[in-house]
Amino acid sequence: MEEKIVIPKEKFEFAATQDVTHDKSLQTKPRSSLHDAFSRFCKNKGSVAGAIIIVILVLFALITPYCTQYSVAYQDSYFTTTLPKSHLFENTSFWDGCEEKQYGATSFLYYYAMGQETGHNAVKNQEYTTTYKDGTLLYTFRLDSYQRNGMIYKNFSREEYESLQQYQTEYQRQVIYPMVPVKNRPAAQQNTNDANYYFKTSGSNKTKIETDENGNVIPVYATTTVKGESDNGYHSLRIEGEDGFLNEDGETVWYSYARRTSSGVECRINYYEYYIYNHTQILKDGITEPYFVFGTTGSGQDILTCLSSGARFSFLFAIAVAVVNLVVGAIYGAIEGYYGGKIDLVMERISDILSAVPTMIIITLLKLHMGGSSQILVLFISFFLTGWIGMASSTRMQFYRFKNQEYVLAARTLGAKDRRVIWKHIFPNAIGTLITGCALIIPSMIYSETSLSYLGIINLSTGNITSVGTLIAAGQSALTTAPFITMFPSVFLILLMLSFNLFGNGLRDAFNPTLRGTEG
Amino acid sequence: MYMFKYVMKRLGLMIMTFAVIMVMCFVLIKLLPIVVPVVQGQDAMITYRQLEARGYICNLVIEGTGSSQHVVGFDYVPIMQQLGIYLMRIFRYGDFGVGVALPEYRNQPVWDVFLEKLPPTILINIYSTIIGVPIGLGLGIFAALKKNKWEDQVINVIVILLISLPSMVLGLVIQYVFCFRLGWFPLTMDSGYDYFSWSMFRSMLPAVFSLCLGSIAGYTRFTRAELSEVLTGDYMLLARTKGLTRGQATIRHALRNSMVPIFPSILSEFVAVLSGSLIIEAMFSIPGVGGLYLDSITYQDYDFFMLLSGFYTLVGLAAGIVVDISYGFIDPRIRMGAK
Repeated sequence: MEEKIVIPKEKFEFAATQDVTHDKSLQTKPRSSLHDAFSRFCKNKGSVAGAIIIVILVLFALITPYCTQYSVAYQDSYFTTTLPKSHLFENTSFWDGCEEKQYGATSFLYYYAMGQETGHNAVKNQEYTTTYKDGTLLYTFRLDSYQRNGMIYKNFSREEYESLQQYQTEYQRQVIYPMVPVKNRPAAQQNTNDANYYFKTSGSNKTKIETDENGNVIPVYATTTVKGESDNGYHSLRIEGEDGFLNEDGETVWYSYARRTSSGVECRINYYEYYIYNHTQILKDGITEPYFVFGTTGSGQDILTCLSSGARFSFLFAIAVAVVNLVVGAIYGAIEGYYGGKIDLVMERISDILSAVPTMIIITLLKLHMGGSSQILVLFISFFLTGWIGMASSTRMQFYRFKNQEYVLAARTLGAKDRRVIWKHIFPNAIGTLITGCALIIPSMIYSETSLSYLGIINLSTGNITSVGTLIAAGQSALTTAPFITMFPSVFLILLMLSFNLFGNGLRDAFNPTLRGTEG
Repeated sequence: MYMFKYVMKRLGLMIMTFAVIMVMCFVLIKLLPIVVPVVQGQDAMITYRQLEARGYICNLVIEGTGSSQHVVGFDYVPIMQQLGIYLMRIFRYGDFGVGVALPEYRNQPVWDVFLEKLPPTILINIYSTIIGVPIGLGLGIFAALKKNKWEDQVINVIVILLISLPSMVLGLVIQYVFCFRLGWFPLTMDSGYDYFSWSMFRSMLPAVFSLCLGSIAGYTRFTRAELSEVLTGDYMLLARTKGLTRGQATIRHALRNSMVPIFPSILSEFVAVLSGSLIIEAMFSIPGVGGLYLDSITYQDYDFFMLLSGFYTLVGLAAGIVVDISYGFIDPRIRMGAK
């Protein structure tokens, strides 16, 4: 007989409520693959340094054009190959706009006298040392490239002359200096119109500089016995309050500050002061004084402005091309890789042929055909024509790798359309390689743009646009005399290439750790 | 036999690509008007007659008589017909056309001018390879053997620097420091045709250095990567186990195997540099093909342009194919068909 076991209902308990068997929820934060890549990237010191340099270069390119007082179109025919100068280093012998020179007495006196007359010292601080070399006395001094122009002769109309005089009185700055009589000017062809000869010269060509017993030059200014105002203001005072002086005959004479010409007056002006006057009073273009942090080119352009504008153009251009390449390349490569077969074969042939044409030839043909339109467009199209192929082939490779995997099959079984499989399931796998490709393509594009404009195949320097390559090409002709013109753009290029290389390598390692070390 | 088929297939593909590119070039360039500048002391009539005889233009309208003859108008022959004539002249007479617009080479056969310009370009390449390959390989081997020691780190830094240094800047630095400041070399290459004299060689050296420093860095990086990978292989362990010294194992087993990918890269580098030295040629005024190409663009001389475009395209294609084929020859495992 069976005994009926009766268990009261209360004795039943839910097992699950007593001992908890389910998994603990994750305590750590979820990490996306991008996050992962980022943290791997940050571990690579070289790449981080590269990224920082890139940021600095980009900021330089974006901000500097708005900070300088000059524009790319600015040119000055006197301040050419002016040396770099920074106010911070003014009192040192580095970056002060001066260069060390060693000259004989004639050349030295020529520059030394400039400072004596005007106080604008062409010889820095009027300091010099002398040495004897092979029996001749040589003067070593620092020649200020901002003051070496000294005086120039310039023609003015009456109105211009009067407003210049007003400026002098108002600001107490002397621009016009006493004239030198034509008969006292040097006779040698190259010196006749050199306004810096205000002193007595002798010799057959009047090029030997005469000095008094103290070694100072002897001024030979033009004077007049008629006080300025009575002669229609031609001989006005340089600074208010000059009262003339007595000459040997006991007459009161005044310096004459202008010479009548057919159209107005000819004056002897200090170019440095005149430059300030011209830009602040007449042109009003925001330039307060000649001050070139990176110096000027042989045609008188400000290197800092040109370089930063060129860099800005290069960056914007390279990024624009890279984006277009990325989009086109990704779509093309995705179609190739996903569908494969005949479509792939035909599309591969097309990109093969395109990639075999040297970029140079494409650019030349485009340039010859589109001669009238802008060179930037030519460059853009030709970079695009050759640039997207790399993107396409790396996308294609990624598609071949992933399209036969199980998860793709699963997605397709669930009814995903081609478009969804391509963009949602396979394409994200290719993003890492594509970003790396982009990072590596930008410097190479900037470099090709630079070399093309260096070679003169593409001339981008029109209006307010210039290129780093044009700058280098312009500097190369003066490499021996003014190496700084090429130095600044070259340093920019080196930093750019170096930082992008470091950055790109780090990016590649971060996105694809298995590749680490295979390419150094 | 498999290899033969493989080579033939690659060559066929290459020729096809080349033909398509050249036809496109020809059509595009012939769509442009012909430029015949009238230069003092040169008779434009001769050039026009040349072009007419060559079948590029027809129906010349001539005004004036005797020495004051000048062309006021002409018609272009249809482009496909021009192409046919162009190809026929090339294959029958080896005639690639005459200079039209380049003042220096007016009415001269472009092929002769091209041959005259070729030696400096090739010589500079050869010198740069001769200097670059041993140094690059040596440094790479050294770095791989001393992997992760300080020697390796130093070499790595130098390599990264040299690779990042654009050849333009490198050329400028060399020109400024060695040619101008130190005065070891002349600033530009000597003129003349005596390519094997000492002074000519010396004047070529700055350009050679500018070219080879970049490739030295490339070789070093590549060799180091390849060799250090091979050195970790299991058969290296076996070689050591069976009693070879480290040097023996490295030279007999590791080096030979690492050469498989390195050798083709040397070949392709050599070919690729041929087309990549435009900047260096311009910088050191080397009377080479690069300068001629740039001139042909500036003066719009189409026969020169066609020939040189063909040259550069061919060089580029050859660089690719040389690698593929030599891979196949050196390493029997690598075959295009054996996927």
